[in-house]
Amino acid sequence: MADNATTPAKAGGATTLAETGGRPSVGLFVTCLVDLFRPSVGFAAIKLIEAAGCRVSVPASQTCCGQPAYNSGDRKDTRAIAENVIATFEPYDYVVAPSGSCGGMLKTHYADLFEGDEAWSARAAAFSAKTFELVSFLVDVRGMTHVDASFAGSVTYHDACSGLRELGVKNQPRRLLKSVEGLKLIELKDADVCCGFGGTFCVKYPDISNAIVGRKAEAIVASGADTLLAGDLGCLMNMAGKLQREGKPVHTRHVAEVLAGMADEPAIGEVER
Amino acid sequence: MVAITSPQFKANAKAALADPNLQQALTHVRHNFIERRAASAVALPEFEALRDSSRDIKNHTLANLDLYLEAYEEKVTEAGGHVHYAETGEEARDLILSICRKAGARTVTKGKTMIGEEIEINEHLEAAGIEPIETDLGEYIIQLRHEPPSHIIAPAVHLTQKQVEDDFRRAHTHLDPNRDLSEARELLAEARGILRQRFLEADVGITGANFLIAETGTSVIVTNEGNGDLTQILPRVHIVLASIEKVVPTLEDVSQILRVLARSATGQEMSTYTTFSTGPRRRDDPDGPDEYHVVILDNGRSEMLGSQFQDMLRCIRCAACLNHCPVYQEIGGHAYGWVYPGPMGAVLTPKLIGVDKAGNLPNASTFCGRCEAVCPMRIPLPNMMRHWREREFERHLQPATYRTGLGVWAFLARRPRLYQFATGIAMRVLGNLGHRRGRFRALPLAGGWTKYRDLPAPAGKTFQEQWKEKQRALKGREA
Repeated sequence: MADNATTPAKAGGATTLAETGGRPSVGLFVTCLVDLFRPSVGFAAIKLIEAAGCRVSVPASQTCCGQPAYNSGDRKDTRAIAENVIATFEPYDYVVAPSGSCGGMLKTHYADLFEGDEAWSARAAAFSAKTFELVSFLVDVRGMTHVDASFAGSVTYHDACSGLRELGVKNQPRRLLKSVEGLKLIELKDADVCCGFGGTFCVKYPDISNAIVGRKAEAIVASGADTLLAGDLGCLMNMAGKLQREGKPVHTRHVAEVLAGMADEPAIGEVER
Repeated sequence: MVAITSPQFKANAKAALADPNLQQALTHVRHNFIERRAASAVALPEFEALRDSSRDIKNHTLANLDLYLEAYEEKVTEAGGHVHYAETGEEARDLILSICRKAGARTVTKGKTMIGEEIEINEHLEAAGIEPIETDLGEYIIQLRHEPPSHIIAPAVHLTQKQVEDDFRRAHTHLDPNRDLSEARELLAEARGILRQRFLEADVGITGANFLIAETGTSVIVTNEGNGDLTQILPRVHIVLASIEKVVPTLEDVSQILRVLARSATGQEMSTYTTFSTGPRRRDDPDGPDEYHVVILDNGRSEMLGSQFQDMLRCIRCAACLNHCPVYQEIGGHAYGWVYPGPMGAVLTPKLIGVDKAGNLPNASTFCGRCEAVCPMRIPLPNMMRHWREREFERHLQPATYRTGLGVWAFLARRPRLYQFATGIAMRVLGNLGHRRGRFRALPLAGGWTKYRDLPAPAGKTFQEQWKEKQRALKGREA
């Protein structure tokens, strides 16, 4: 493993924003998809975490949570990635990820990788205990009850599976969304049913994935909302891609963008008009 | 020999998605089962607590399985019945055939049994000149069609009512063409009319078992048609066919698990019939068989004890995991290519036919976790599917291109600097290519994605790059 596993904060080049005393430190786990495809979600997350009274750092030595390897049965690589993540984020009070899927991996599955290794198990347990999905962190940990944001339009919300079932993210985003000025929240039928993304599933079984996301797209259109929100970029890219392929006029955004009042950027898969 | 088509899972699934009858029939799974289960779970305040205690009962039983099997056998013997152990499907078939032959059986009525499907008992009875007659309506229908079940509690759920009507008209040549069979009730009446005589004629009745009770030597079946009762009471010989993990310690334990079984399966509080049978007819009994046999099948299950797959032996075959699975809902059960479909099949099938043949099953899951969320026995199905993927990975069974892609990605993901350098370049290229439309309709190497959906284009600069720039600018202003 690389050296940065042992000296995380320094080697990882952690940089802190607006350091002021007394506020808990949060290491932002950006997630690979946000890093690569939609950086605006990362900035929205930072704004929200700061609004919740924390100072945010973004360690540079992070890549991915390891889920693609883990769910492909490759435990060795997963463990190596997990060791790096755990070491990298050890200096922080909290670890927050703008994704229920990556958050679920970090919080509920890392422990499984270190069974029988006492030292690493303890580090993994400490890491899991301080790790949260973004919206759950804001509401459950920081007690946030409303956000200072406005959004003109109707939205519907999809409960991405891992956040919902591994981390219990369900009411928190709805609660905060209801505090967004001008926003109308329309419940999505079968909101808790998978969108068919499933990580590598969607490219390993494209025909089945398409059938599932096709059904999801129908429900989204039927909701009548003009914007679809969710807390996971993978699922969002899947649903946006399907809606756009079918020419449906629904915009798709990460829930953090709306909560942070940063929904002025083009929606996912769109360009400025 | 029934063909195993699990290796052709992808082609099976594609065909299933294009089958309009199947797609129409699956509406029942997508809505009815789910809504009814949800309503019945909410209506019982102690439902979640019962799931816990049911799980604990089975865990305790599995930890002491040998003891409970022995205790069960002793009680069956005391009641005048016979217990036979079969290590393999072949042994189970031979045992059943020899009992049937000894009874001089010409026809055998059958209650629903998935173990019967697992050991292909019908084919072997037929080969021995003994006619098996399925008496569960769904099983009866698929027997007419020479098809395996597509669902573990609703074997004909893949068929529309119109298809069933057509099958009846084809098979029941006595039917008046003017007779109205457009109502499900009429189809049921027609099947009942045929089956009544067959029940009376049968020499042997074979049923499965939902539970075997160690305390009393009792086998329990739950049905909604009462066909199981007639199957086990009317013939001279009753054979119970069950697998080793069906045993539970006490009547009280069964009573607890029954409370989650039907609710999870069909949303009923209890199934219409819950029937307990213990041994052959006693002198004062008004009815019952003269001979009572129990064939207990292992078929690899004892190897699951103490392994990563032990929790699967808690399964009570309620099918909630099938009903709630987004993949099963789209493709139905036949696509899985063997007896057990859906999430429970994705865990059990690789054990029973080999992960080399059944590798697609545990892979064809989005890991949405809904199966585990509704499993009355709290079986961690996705985790166990992942364990099968681990076995595949260890044995290099995944496609070479997939392994290579994963290997390259993992190599980079373990090296943050290299990863950021490489992804930085890649995103810049993709960002430039996609900046005009904001998305791609097609992209080399991304066909699996772009076949059906657009791919959102990346921003061009990664978050890490943008973050560093902001930090630098901030420091510049401060200086």
